[in-house]
Parts: sequence; C-alpha cells; structure tokens
Amino acid sequence: MNIIVCLKQIPDLQQIRIKERKPILEGAPLIFGDMDKNALEEAVRIKEKVGEAKITALALGPAKLKDGIKEALAVGADEAVLLMDPAFAGSDTVATAKALAKAIQKIGEYDLILCGEGSTDSYSGQVGPRLAEMLDLPQITYVRELEVKDGKIQAVRNMEESFEVVEADLPAVVTVAAEINEPRLASLRQILQAARKPVQEWTPADLGLAEEEVGEKGAAVEVLSNLAPEEERKQVIFSGELDEIVDGLVDALTKEGVLGR
Amino acid sequence: MAEILVFCEKDDVAFELVSKGKEFKDALGMNLAAALLGKGAAGKADEYFAYGADKVYVSEDAALADFTAEVYAEALYQIAQKNGTEVLLVGSTKRGKELAPRVAQKLGAGCITDANDVRVEDGKLVADRYALGGNTVSSETIKTPQKVIAVMPKTFELGAKEAKQGEVVDVALDLKEPRTRILERREKAGETVNLEEAEAIVCIGRGLEKKEDLGIVEELAKTLGAELGCTKSLCTDWEWLSEERLVGLSGKKVSPRLCVSVGISGQIQYTVGIRGARITVAINKDENAPIFAMSDYGIVGDLYEVVPKLTEKLKSL
Repeated sequence: MNIIVCLKQIPDLQQIRIKERKPILEGAPLIFGDMDKNALEEAVRIKEKVGEAKITALALGPAKLKDGIKEALAVGADEAVLLMDPAFAGSDTVATAKALAKAIQKIGEYDLILCGEGSTDSYSGQVGPRLAEMLDLPQITYVRELEVKDGKIQAVRNMEESFEVVEADLPAVVTVAAEINEPRLASLRQILQAARKPVQEWTPADLGLAEEEVGEKGAAVEVLSNLAPEEERKQVIFSGELDEIVDGLVDALTKEGVLGR
Repeated sequence: MAEILVFCEKDDVAFELVSKGKEFKDALGMNLAAALLGKGAAGKADEYFAYGADKVYVSEDAALADFTAEVYAEALYQIAQKNGTEVLLVGSTKRGKELAPRVAQKLGAGCITDANDVRVEDGKLVADRYALGGNTVSSETIKTPQKVIAVMPKTFELGAKEAKQGEVVDVALDLKEPRTRILERREKAGETVNLEEAEAIVCIGRGLEKKEDLGIVEELAKTLGAELGCTKSLCTDWEWLSEERLVGLSGKKVSPRLCVSVGISGQIQYTVGIRGARITVAINKDENAPIFAMSDYGIVGDLYEVVPKLTEKLKSL
C-alpha cells in the first residue's frame, strides 16, 4: 500500500509578534501544522496495521523544509519529496494544489492521500478537495476515525450535527480532524535513522509545470492587506482579597451595564 | 447577463447570502440566482424569490439525494457553466467548505473560504478572512474570471421577505453516482445552543480539572443568564461539552455584550472568537496569561475560588 501525506510548514503562531498591526514572522520557527501531524501519524498507524506500506511525505515550501522534513521522516515517513524551488514561493491554494497533484502523479503509485482538514495558519481547507478534483478521486473530509480494509476505506466524519460513517474504494483523498489521534514523538534512534532516508527535490520543470503556473504567478487569489485587527481593551486587573476583587468586578460590570438579562 | 449563483445546503444560510446578494447584484450589474439541489428542492423556490433571487435552478436528481461534495460540485459546475455564473457564493459550513474548493477547481477559479465579510470595492469583490491562525485579517480578491467565495454563516443579516416572483428553471444534469457511500449517520447529542445570538457567554478552558467540575461554571453562567462556551480541548479532545459550544477560529465567533473567559490562557485560536464581545472578562491563575491583554476586566486567581465567590455575589444583587 502506498500512502502520500501532504504537509505544510507554518510559522509557530504563538511566536508571531504584531508591530503596528503588521505580523512579524521573522524569528517565529517553522513547524508542521497540527492536523498535518495528525495525517502523518494516521499514515504510520495504518502502516503498523497493514504491515506492508510505503509512506511518502510531500511538502511545498521554503528551503528550510529540508531540515523540517527530517521530523516527518523520523516519525515514520519512508521517504520525502520536497518542492522547494524559489519559483514555488507565493503559492496560494490553487498553485500549491496544482504542484502537489503533479508531484503525486509523478510519484505514480498511490492508494491513499492524507492531508490535514486545514492548515493551522490559514485553515482554508482547500488543498485536499482541489487535489481530489485534479486527481479525479473521491474525497472524505473531517475524518476522526479511519479504517483501511480490502482496498476500501471506512471513515467516521465529524460533521456539524452528526457523525457520518462513509465508505469509498481506494485510491481516495482523506483529510483528518485534530481528534483522530495523538501524534507521537520520534525517538533518538529514529531521528538518527531519518538522516539516511531518501529525499528528492523537484522543480516546476520536473513536474512539467511552467513558471507562470506556480508560485505567485500561478496564484488565483491576491492578498490586498493582511493586518492585525485593531483591538482596544481596558485591561483593568483587580487584585487584593478575594472578596474585594470580586466586589470590584461586579461593580465594574454593573457600571458597564452588562449585568442582568 | 452574468450571474451571481448562491448555494447552501442549509437554506437559512442561503437566505443570508441571497439577502446580501441583492446588494452585489446592483453593484456588479449581474443577475441573482440560486441553486436548489436534492430532495424537496422544488418546493423551496418561492422562499428564495421572497429573499431576492431572480431565478432558481432546481434539480432533484437521484445522485443528489445525499450530500457528497463530489457530486454537488459537479452539479454546481454544470449549472454555472451553462448559465454564465461569474460569482458563486456558498455557505462556509463544513459541507460548503469542502464543496467550494472542489467546484472552484472544476471552474479553474480562485476560491476564498471562511469569508467573514464580502464587499464590492472599485467594482471588485473583496473578501476578508482570518489568517495566521487568527492573528491577522487578510483582505483578498480573486483574479480568475469566475470566483467562488464560501461565506461564514451569520456574516450577513437576513433581509426582509418581499412579495416577489422569479423564474424556476428545472435543470437536467449529467451526474454519476457518488463514489463515497454514506453507511450511517449518527446524530450528535440533541442540544441546540445558539452562541452567536447569546447576550452573555461564559467560556471555560483547560483550567478546569475535570468534567465533574463543570457545575461551578454552569452555575455562574446560569446566574448571569449566559450560555456556556468552551475551548477546543474541552469539546473536541475530551468531549465534555458539545462542539456547538466551541468558541474560536474553528468554532463560533460570538458577539455578546459580556463574555467571561474562565481558565483560558488566551491563545489566538480562541480569542479570535470573542473579538466581537462588547465587554470581556478573564479569570485565570497565571497573571502572564495572554487572555488578560484581550480583557477589559481581569481577576488573577484560582477559578475554583473565584467562580463560586463571583456567583454568590451576583446572586446577592
């Protein structure tokens, strides 16, 4: 069985600073998105269950990926394909999905493509469905339980009002929800072994894509501005004896006129 | 004439989009149409007209009996291609959000999901959505001729119904059976909470040590006449509360007059959900918790002491 896991590196969101409403990304380390880690973990669990499987980690991003991907290889991916050419910079969901789809076709053998249901930074949820469309595959999104059996998958999806149990033949694209598993950490031995696992780097030309089709030039969405919302809170902190501070809060809320039904 | 096409599997969200669509239609010089798909679709036409649709496309094709993104995307694609759709507005529900990119890919269109505002600027549609995990708001525009925008429920107000008639077009679609088969649907526990409409909300986070302790927070909420909300761990990971109560980036964006955050550190994925609150209060034992920067009033203390005391005081008023 061949499993491809799509991963995206994002800046650590807790370490983004805001200066004059602008986000400062320098200094925020790049990490894989939470649900991307869940997707990888699920691939490793499937491999442990079915025995014979190859997991390929696929990622598009800046040159730092080369370091970052070691984490995925240590956790259990057997090999990696990286799309790090500078021409890929500025890719939106359309350009990203196109490059990933071409890479998946070039990898050639795939039964299951796993993604997070959204990236932790933009959470647009577009890459999975777009990949499914480009590769003409069924898509199963928001998956919280997954079982692979006899060339089929059965999944439990977390929808708004219900849990939906669905089945599809492989190959298929599956996007996973955060609750599907608890991603493991790699052992020191795994980290050392990861250095020997094969990593390929492909350019747009390797994928048969022209430069206009990738990166910012291939993007369908233009970002006009990206600023922190203006936020002004009074930030009054009450301190002292418990009775006093609770009284202080209740008085303040009464003056604000927010108590009472 | 170019067309704006509205679709949402939840009619109340579709009506919000149709209501706002009237404004876009005038600004962009387009028609306003809606797609009604699946069993019972034909019977809904009049209500869509009442909210402002000029035209509805109706299909009750057997392949549309259950919602699958794959088949619904194909249906919308065929309707859009045949009728000159330039703008497709769908609800950014979970189903809408998996549908929008798939139909966009068929159309060769750019797509924006989770839009929390859409407006016309210089003749172009501009949509806002949260970016960088809620740290920022990104204003975006789509460059492709056809555009797909998935709009969050409750972004637009429902317009007043009018006595208006429109054109019903029964469309013949060429659809295949879905490749994903729905085996079972297990309804979630039957509570319905409407956090978006609540006047006051008490949110609880990981500071709560065990499910049995929910009572003290529920008591505070009851005393305040507030609904109970929570952070992701409590509903998704631990399942102490239903996901209907999730506040934040992946849950509800609320706008009560009062929001009390209890035992919540204040990561951006949560605070993005309470930005619309008029007055915010935080109770947390860590004085350095980022939630205090997002709060009008704060108490640094153990929630197990502060919450019962606050409830007691409020009851005595």
